[in-house]
Amino acid sequence: MTTMSVREPRGSRWRNREAVRRAVRRNLTAYGFLCGALICFAFFSWYPMVREFLLSFQKTNFVGPPEWVGLDNFRTVMEDSAFAPAWINTALFTVLALVAGYAVPFVIALVLNELRHAKAYLRFVVYLPVMLPPAVAVLLFKWFYDPGPGLFNQILDLVHLPGLSWLDSTSTALISLVIVSTWMNLGTGTLIYLAALQSIPGELYEAAELDGAGLLRRVWHVTIPQTRLILLVMLLLQIVATMQVFIEPYLLTGGGPENATVTVAYLMYQYAFSFGNFGGGGALGLMLMIVLMVFSAVYLRVSRDDQN
Amino acid sequence: MSNSTAQAPGRAVRPAPPTSGDPGRGRPGRGLRRRGRTAERRAVRGLISPHTLNTARGRTVYWIVLVTVVVVFTAVFVFPLYWMVTSALKSPEEIAQIPPSLFPDTIDFGVYEEAWEQLDLGLFLRNTVVYAAGAWLFTLAVDVSAAYALSKLRPVLGKAVLAMMLSTLMIPPMVILLPAYLTVKDLPILGWNLLNTPWAIWLPAAANGFFIFLLKRFFDSIPRELIEAAEMDGATPARILWSIVLPVSRPILGVVSILAVVNVWKDFVWPLLVQPDTDNMPISVGISSLSAQMPQNVLMAALVIASVPAIVVFLFFQRSIMAGLTAGSLKG
Repeated sequence: MTTMSVREPRGSRWRNREAVRRAVRRNLTAYGFLCGALICFAFFSWYPMVREFLLSFQKTNFVGPPEWVGLDNFRTVMEDSAFAPAWINTALFTVLALVAGYAVPFVIALVLNELRHAKAYLRFVVYLPVMLPPAVAVLLFKWFYDPGPGLFNQILDLVHLPGLSWLDSTSTALISLVIVSTWMNLGTGTLIYLAALQSIPGELYEAAELDGAGLLRRVWHVTIPQTRLILLVMLLLQIVATMQVFIEPYLLTGGGPENATVTVAYLMYQYAFSFGNFGGGGALGLMLMIVLMVFSAVYLRVSRDDQN
Repeated sequence: MSNSTAQAPGRAVRPAPPTSGDPGRGRPGRGLRRRGRTAERRAVRGLISPHTLNTARGRTVYWIVLVTVVVVFTAVFVFPLYWMVTSALKSPEEIAQIPPSLFPDTIDFGVYEEAWEQLDLGLFLRNTVVYAAGAWLFTLAVDVSAAYALSKLRPVLGKAVLAMMLSTLMIPPMVILLPAYLTVKDLPILGWNLLNTPWAIWLPAAANGFFIFLLKRFFDSIPRELIEAAEMDGATPARILWSIVLPVSRPILGVVSILAVVNVWKDFVWPLLVQPDTDNMPISVGISSLSAQMPQNVLMAALVIASVPAIVVFLFFQRSIMAGLTAGSLKG
């Protein structure tokens, strides 16, 4: 509407009508340009969002119209013996993935930022796994985890440690998933932190050093405060991303052994495509959505605060 | 959704941390390209002062750290890929041998050939290319014109439309997976079933709020005079978009293009659901669905073939990809 006020019509009736006609034409053109996006969003984003709510309160069989069942789907899902393990595993996976995937990239970025040689190579290499299709990375690690000739047990053998059963044991299966996930996602965080570190003015370090601050104190009092917002935003985004973990359990373990690696997203998939219960899947999806929305809302707050 | 696996960072190329003092922000044309170099130059002084680095002790420590980092990085990130490539050169006996051989006994590319033929990788690759290319075209056509309309034509309710598009960024893709699948299976009103058609990948890929956000922010920074001068000359909005806006927007178009292609290339869950026929699967879904019945060395060869395009793209477009990583600056 701002463009209109630029060319204020000067009173006369004819001009007024001309301005209206122009505004109508501009709006029509604009919506002409917008219609492709509106259709795509309506069908594949907005409608599914609404449908997610409906789905979790309905019984969907593909023969007749869906039937309202109230909270039945939630009840079914919560009575499932895999329900509690799914949430515990998802939380555990997220925490473990954060321990490795959050702090480590920051440290790597700190070191990379100080190096003057081989930087391009190191940056390339650290991001290489991110470029691989995730399915490739996961299937590759499945072979590394092979208890017999797999790479990991062979390396353990080389240093005279006993081999592990990795994916086949309840105690190591989830950790194995975390390792793949960390390997293939580490590069993103590293490069984002690196970009942030490069924008810290060198004078700050200089001043701190003149005040006698050692290396660790400079990190603590200059680097971390200067990158605080990115650290916070990355933390939230990473929580949201890792809580949706699906491909690792799907390709590596199928949720086993004994539900040791079943996650909420994987259970949701199973409900829909193995048990044919879309309502149950929808209910799980809605619960996951509510949990993730809390983090998303915090993220929104944080990034707003940054803008001001 | 095609962007489902690639949605958030930590997982893939995606948003959006604020880079404070971003030199390129809001300046079209040169901003993105210049950023890398400026940053490099500014990092003259990092945590460690140049002075410390110049002392004998500083230099020794520096070189020790450098060599350690290079060795560790190579071992952690490159060695697994080396292992993948060489495992695929080994015979079934050699690959199962304990301890494994560091170099394959004989270099036999026959396994690659076998994988290519047995798995019909040519077909899977062709499918992937079709999906990626179509998604790229649709994304550009749909999102560029939408962002242009929202930025330069500013229709009634434009702000509300933008807000609704951006709000989709807050919805984690995994949680609308099932309803999105049901929608594609039986499109409301029209009643079409898009499963097993490329449309099931192309159209959802275009509904990307992040791209609209990036493009709109860039278009916003194109000087108004440029557009108004063209309007005076009687150019239509379509003409203005084509011959004025697009030429100056090349950097952001590059970033969006790369992200769009990479998203589809990397996506797994969505094509797994909407392309159930083996003949229509993209390569990563195809390989994983057949992986159980394959000898280990053939599987490794298939994985190598699936990763080569990604690595080649990365080699060529490294700069755009890394720019895209930090391009979000802020969404929301």
